[in-house]
Formats: sequence, C-alpha cells, structure tokens
Amino acid sequence: MVKYLIPLALFLVLVVFLAIGLGRDPHEVPSPLINKAAPTFRLQQLKDPSKTFSSEDMRGKVWILNVWASWCVSCRDEHPLLIEYAKTGVVPIYGLNWKDKPEDALGWLADLGDPYVLSATDFDGRIAIDYGVYGAPETYLIDQSGTIRFKQIGALTPDVWSNKILPMVQELNRRGTSR
Amino acid sequence: MIRSLFISVLLLCAVTPFAFAKEAQPTGDDPAVEQRLHKLSQELRCLVCQNETLADSRADLAEDLRREIREQIKAGKSDKEIIEFLTARYGQFILYRPQVTPTTYLLWFGPFVLLLAGLFLLFNYIKQRRDSLPEKPLSADEHRRAEELLASASGKETT
Repeated sequence: MVKYLIPLALFLVLVVFLAIGLGRDPHEVPSPLINKAAPTFRLQQLKDPSKTFSSEDMRGKVWILNVWASWCVSCRDEHPLLIEYAKTGVVPIYGLNWKDKPEDALGWLADLGDPYVLSATDFDGRIAIDYGVYGAPETYLIDQSGTIRFKQIGALTPDVWSNKILPMVQELNRRGTSR
Repeated sequence: MIRSLFISVLLLCAVTPFAFAKEAQPTGDDPAVEQRLHKLSQELRCLVCQNETLADSRADLAEDLRREIREQIKAGKSDKEIIEFLTARYGQFILYRPQVTPTTYLLWFGPFVLLLAGLFLLFNYIKQRRDSLPEKPLSADEHRRAEELLASASGKETT
C-alpha cells in the first residue's frame, strides 16, 4: 500500500515546487548591491541643468533614489503614491531620470506633479548601469553612510512602503542620531 | 485614392533602407573589438527580455550594456574584468553560465546527483528482483523437453 503512495507523494512535492515557481516574478532579480556602497555619481539636475546633484551631497542622510522615465508605464502607476509619500516628509525622495528627453521629463512632472526634491538626468543610462537598473521604476533606500539598504524593483506598493521602507527608515534614523 | 496609396508605398520604400542602416550602424568600428563584444555578449543575458542574449537583444538597456562592454574592451579590460563589472551590478543572473559557487552547487551538480540516485535505484531494483526469483533446478521431464526443443531448433537451422 505504502509503495503506491510514494509516486503520489513525489507528485505532490513537484506540485508544491511548481506552485511556488508560478507565484514568483521572474523579473525580480535579486540585486547584489544590497548592503553595498551606493555607486557615487554627479549629474545635471533636470530642472536646472546649470546645477549638479551628487550622491555625495546626501552623506549623513537617509534618502530614497527613485529611477523613473516619462516613457515608463509603471512609473505613471507609481506616481500618485510617490506624491503622497513625499508629502509626509518622512524621507526625502530624489529622482533619477533615466534615458529620457529632458523636455518629455519636464512635461511629465508638470502634468502629474513633482514628488522629487530634485531629479538628476541620466541621459545615456550610465549611472543606471552602475546601479544595476534594468527596468524602471526602481527604488533604492540609501542610508547615512551611503549604503544601499533596500531595493524595490518595479512600482512601489502601499504594502512595501509601510511594511518595508518605513520601518527601515525609522530604524536607520534612530541608529543615526544615537551615534 | 490609388495615387495616395502609391505614394505611401513609395515613401515606405524610401524609409526602409534608413531603418536598416540604423540597425547595422553599431558594428563596423573595429572588427576585433566587435568580435570580442559579440562573443562576450552571447554569454550574457539581457535582463529585459530574459531569454535573449545580450548579443541578440534590441532592448534599450542591452544597447547601453553593449556600449559599456565595447568601451571597456577598447580600454583594454580583460573578459574576466568585464564580467566581474557586470556581475557586481546585475548579479550572477546576467551570466548564462553561472560561476560555480556554493549557491550554484545545486544547479551545477543537482542533475548528476539525480542521475546517480536513479542508477542506484535501478540497480537496487534489478538486484532485488533477481534475488526474489527462486532458482529451482529443472525436473527430469522438463530437462528432456528442453533437450528436444534445442535439438529440433538446431535441426531446422541446418536444413
């Protein structure tokens, strides 16, 4: 009797593996950059190209770098959330405008609102390669020492924001001030 | 109506060569560099369309990555250095042949483990079956019949 149950058990194990496989998003490739130093950059600011923005300017602060583009459809979905989160002022959100025409990007911000403290222009996508970006939107949480603590691939969701990012921001801020 | 159709076809014909010209444009600089780029990028996965190599993909990101690799080749970097550069950013996933590290042991050796396990089970089964078959000698009657059968068979063969 037990003999006949073995194939059934093996089959059930296979079903479990397949079910897990189906539930996972193959586009989510774990980033090797988590807990590594965020690549430094200095780029022109989108709204005022005469000024630059550098990741070094953010030393000592917890901040969010959001990779976006006007051609990116999911960015449009994510945008209202970003605007809402920016209003709370919990953590400053900076934009990395990825492979976009400045006029398109500016039009996008004018139409939909601008959640970013400022956006830096990565016109030819070099900085995005340093950050391992392969699909916008992508969001990085960077701590006081310039270390990437969290990366969200694809649009942010309220769940990710309140259950992952906010607790981490609070934890990092607490540790930063007590030091 | 026909005239406007004719004109649009003509226009299309006029535009197409440029479309091709744009596609072919990135090659050609330095054949040696391009050849190395092609060889390297066939080992690399395009992260946008994940079942395509970086060499075949026409995604924007693939183009950027090819540019990056081309520049690094021109700067005299070795293939190993370029692959390290890319895996530091995109992880092992970008390699079609992931390196052998503890996290990829299962991937590399799993099939062989399964093969060995299969062979082990197979031999075990055969052995068990052989042991379970009783080895009883033929009776005198059976022996005679067997002899007869053999004799008649060999008799047929000779005729």
